Parts: sequence; structure tokens; C-alpha cells
Amino acid sequence: MFRFLLRRLALTVPTFLALMFVTFMMIRMVPGDPIEVRRGERGISPERLAELRHEMGLDQPIWKQFVDYVWGLAHGDFGVSIITKNPVLQEFLTLFPATVELSVCALLFAVIIGIPAGVIAASRRGGVYDQSLMGLALTGYSMPIFWWGLILILLVSNTLGWTPVSGRVDLIKYYYPSVTGFMLIDSLLSGEKGAFADAVRHLILPTIVLGTVPLAVIARMTRSSMLEVLEEDYVRTARAKGLAPYRVIGIHALRNALIPVVTVIGLSVGSLLAGAVLTETIFSWPGVGKWLIESIGRRDYPALQGGILLISSIVIVVNLLVDLTYGLINPRIRHAR
Amino acid sequence: MPVDVSLPAITRPTAPPSPLLSFWRSFRENRGAVLGLAVVSIVILVAIFANFLAPHDPFEQYRGFTKLPPIWVDGGSWTYPLGTDALGRDMLSRLMYGSRISLFIGLSVMAVSMVVGVVLGLAAGWFGGVVDVIILRIMDLIMSIPSLVLAILIVAIIGPNLTNTIVAVTVVYLPRYVRLVRASALTELSKDYVTAAKVSGVGPWRLMFVTVLPNCLPPLIVQAALGVSDAILEAAALGFLGLGAQPPTPEWGSMLADSRDLITSHPWVMALPGIAILITVLAINLMGDGLRDALDPRLRKS
Repeated sequence: MFRFLLRRLALTVPTFLALMFVTFMMIRMVPGDPIEVRRGERGISPERLAELRHEMGLDQPIWKQFVDYVWGLAHGDFGVSIITKNPVLQEFLTLFPATVELSVCALLFAVIIGIPAGVIAASRRGGVYDQSLMGLALTGYSMPIFWWGLILILLVSNTLGWTPVSGRVDLIKYYYPSVTGFMLIDSLLSGEKGAFADAVRHLILPTIVLGTVPLAVIARMTRSSMLEVLEEDYVRTARAKGLAPYRVIGIHALRNALIPVVTVIGLSVGSLLAGAVLTETIFSWPGVGKWLIESIGRRDYPALQGGILLISSIVIVVNLLVDLTYGLINPRIRHAR
Repeated sequence: MPVDVSLPAITRPTAPPSPLLSFWRSFRENRGAVLGLAVVSIVILVAIFANFLAPHDPFEQYRGFTKLPPIWVDGGSWTYPLGTDALGRDMLSRLMYGSRISLFIGLSVMAVSMVVGVVLGLAAGWFGGVVDVIILRIMDLIMSIPSLVLAILIVAIIGPNLTNTIVAVTVVYLPRYVRLVRASALTELSKDYVTAAKVSGVGPWRLMFVTVLPNCLPPLIVQAALGVSDAILEAAALGFLGLGAQPPTPEWGSMLADSRDLITSHPWVMALPGIAILITVLAINLMGDGLRDALDPRLRKS
């Protein structure tokens, strides 16, 4: 197990190095110099231009810029945003809780509905429930989520008026200090009446939109994994010794069927963050996804570079953890190694 | 000489059904898949014959008839069956021409990914060693960046247009093909028939592309079908963010983005392109599920 851990860790190092190099090079290739963009239509003197370039290190040779960049990273310096002048890491960390909050809620939503749906479908194989649940799951899987978000805003927010259209909480009505960065927790801590309910109302639609695709994937995965497990001998034994069907399915079969599902859940972090870009854009959710899109528009190289590097690192680390957990929850794999 | 007429009927070996026929038989059992195939065929036909089927020019702006509702809403007219957008362009015609763009993107991404994926996957599986490690590391790298973020980044670098959308989406989805081909090539390469082929003096090119590749095809075909729908969704998302095909191209994603402001006043302008995307992608996925069930003998039995 330990050797496997080391090997797996060693494998991520080149990926990480390459990631730094690629993000660095790609950002350099984006047309449109950040200085040109900032100069805008007013124009600046060539001297001031050279000065600005020197300030940002853009007059250095490319390889020097890269070495400086890696050196900075090693010291926790992810650069400074050209637009806001704040350190990129600080900006990222300010916005990241919003994305985490949304992603965690979306994943919970997907798991809480997806797993039971998959179990029901598998236990009623070929029946009406199975067919309609799987039809719904495939529809969810095929959903263009930017459209789905707009449709939900149209129906739930505009027509029914149940939820707000955008943002995380109504800042005009409620004001409380940010303790954890998670609105749900902060609003509870503040003790202000109605603040928590307001935060929940803001969160509902983005959660559904971001959770739809993972929900469909989890439901389909649970079903097929359940079907496989239900064929196993020990399930037949459990049935034969007269256990109640819910015990057979809910305990004996489900525990083993969940192993691949857990992997899928873990590996969906990357796609969740990709979905967050669209979801946050639609709902004006102040997270890292929206920030990245805006950074592209503003040609904010350092922000983009740092943001993509940070997000990808998170995905790499989470995938690594999933791999390791997989060995923990599935002893068969652990022993095979 | 007397002939026993009863015997031949029994002893004549019945020819096994052709692979295509047996495939069709198991595909046909899945009603959803057949429905998907039917819808996909219709979308393909609409895309091919869009210039005959569309009632109007998709770019023509009928200035006097802007934001007309579809026919089933009060005030709709048969001249513009699905209404018109903010500039007075006929929605039905634009949606029909849009199917060309979406299918073109989906099929191009699939074709390029297939070719590149097969070459890289076979190379990784065949050469092993350093080649394998390098190819796999690059694929890992691509997969570690969230798909849409990577696609956005690529488009930001090479510029937003239709071709670059295809390039970006291809890069994003390439790892799936490469890993799939590599994995099945590795499985196949360890089998006896490959050893037999090697012993009988089959050259490496022939071995890879003629002996091994056909046996890797079934999962690849399924991946290709599902890859088309993923590519359509991803391209529409790029279009929605303004990074795909540029206006006035009737691309479904950008049509949706253009009509965001009309969401409360004229919801159908926004709703229709999304429905078109959903139906197309859903139909392809239904078909893909059927393909998988029919091509994977392991699943067929159960």
C-alpha cells in the first residue's frame, strides 16, 4: 500500500510541472497584451508603456519569466492580478468558498437523489419505474445546463417568484461578517432572522442546475452497478435465507454496489468545477468560475494563470485522494497490490 | 438414386447471421435506441436539406416582424411557424441551419479525435516505455484541467470561431479516445491470436491496424457516438459564452445567448434553441446506449 502511495505521488509530479509550464505558455500566447488592453483608447506615452512593462516583468525574456514564475510559486506567490492589484492567491481564496459551497451542495443533491433513484431502478428492472427514472437520467445527462439554468430562472424566479435571480444573499437586507466564507454557515452564525433562509433560497437553483449532470451520472452508475451485484451468489444466499428484500438490497447489495459509484463521485470534481463556470456565470454567483471567465475578458494573465493552476491542482489532488480511498474501501484492490 | 429429403434440412449447417444483422437484431430490441436513431436520422436529414426545408433565409431580417411568437401562441402566424427573434429572423429557419453547424462540429470533433486517438493510443500500447509514459502524462494533464476551462482557454488563445471551437473541443475530449484505444490495445496485444500473427511474420503496421485495431473497435464506436453528443454540448456552451461560432451564424448556443435579454418578455426565443440542443443530444445518447448494449456481448447476455 505504501509503495503504491509513493508511486502514485511520484506520477503526479511531472503532471504538475507540465501543468505549470503549459499554463504559463498558453497565457503568453493569448493575443492582446494586458498593457495594450489597459491603455485603452486614451493612449499613453511610449516611456510610460516601457515602464509598465518593466514593472510587470513583461520586458524579460520568456524563459526568465517562467523561472521567476516557478520560483514565485514555490514561495506561495501566484502573481498579482493586473486589474485589481491583489495577489492572485488571495483573490482565489476569497472566491473559492463560494464555489466550494455551491459544488458541495450540488454533489449532495446529486448523491441524495441519484443513489436511491439508481437503486429503485435496478430493483424494478425493466419496469415502469426503471424506464421512467432512466429516461429522466438520460435527459439530465443530455441537458445543456446553461439553458436549464435560464429555464429555471424563468419558471421559478420570474413566473413564480420563489427564488432570487442571482447572487448569494440579499446584502441590502442582511449584513453579517464573513467568518468561514460559506454563506450557509455565516448566516446561521450571524443569528440574523431570515438570513439563513435567504441564503438557502439563493442557493437552490444553482444547486439544481450544477447537480443535474452528476445526478444523472450517479443514478445511471448506481443502477448498472446494482444490477451487476444483484447477480452475485451472496445476494442469492441472502435472499434464500429469507432476509427481507429491503435488507438484501439496501445492505448486502448496496454496500458493494457503491464502490464504483464512490469513484465516480470523486472523479466528478473536475466536471463539477467545469459546470461551475457556466452555473456561476448564469446566476452571477461570485465564485472562481465566473472570475476565470471575467479574467479572460480582461486579459488578466496572472489571474488566469494562477486560477487555472490552482483549480487544476485541486483536481489532481482530489483524483489522487479518490485513487487512494478506492484502495481503502475496496480491500480486494488493496490486497491485489 | 433415392434421395432422403428429410436429412439435408437437418445436417446443413446454418450459416451464422452476419455480424451486421446480429448487431441490428440486438439493437432493435432497445426501443429507446431505435427512437434515438429515428430522431438522429431526422436531424441529419434536416441538416442536409436545410436549404430546401427552411421557409426563409436564416440571415434575412424581417424588420416589420420582430419577436413574433410561435404558431401555438396568440399572435403567431404560419409565415413564421416558430416565431422570429429580436432582429426579425425566422426561428425555424435558423434552428434548421443551426443543426448543420452542431452536427458538423460534433462529427468533426468525433472524426479527428478518432484518428488522433487511434494513432496515439496504438502507439502508446504498442511501443510502451517512454512513448507510453509521455502520451499518458499529456493526457493526464489535459484531463486535470476542467474541460470547459481548457476549451475556453484554447479558444481565447486561437480566437473564437467555428474551426477553433472544433480544435478546442477535440483537444478536451482526446484523452478519452487515447486511453480507450490504449487500454483495449493492451488487452488485445496479450492475446494468443496476436502472438500467432507475430509468429507467422506479420509486420508491425499490419499487426496494429489490420489485426488488432478491428478488435478494439466496439468500445471505440460507442465512445464515438457519445463523443458526438458531448462535443455538441461543449460547443454550445462555448457558443453561449460568446466564444464559439460568431454572430450572425445560427449556432444554437450563441442564439441562446443572444436572446438572454428576452427571457421574460419573449421566452420562446431563448427556449427553442435549448430544446433543439436537448433533443439532438438526448437522441444521440439514446442511440449510443443502444449501441453499447448491442456491441458489448458481456452486457447483452445479462
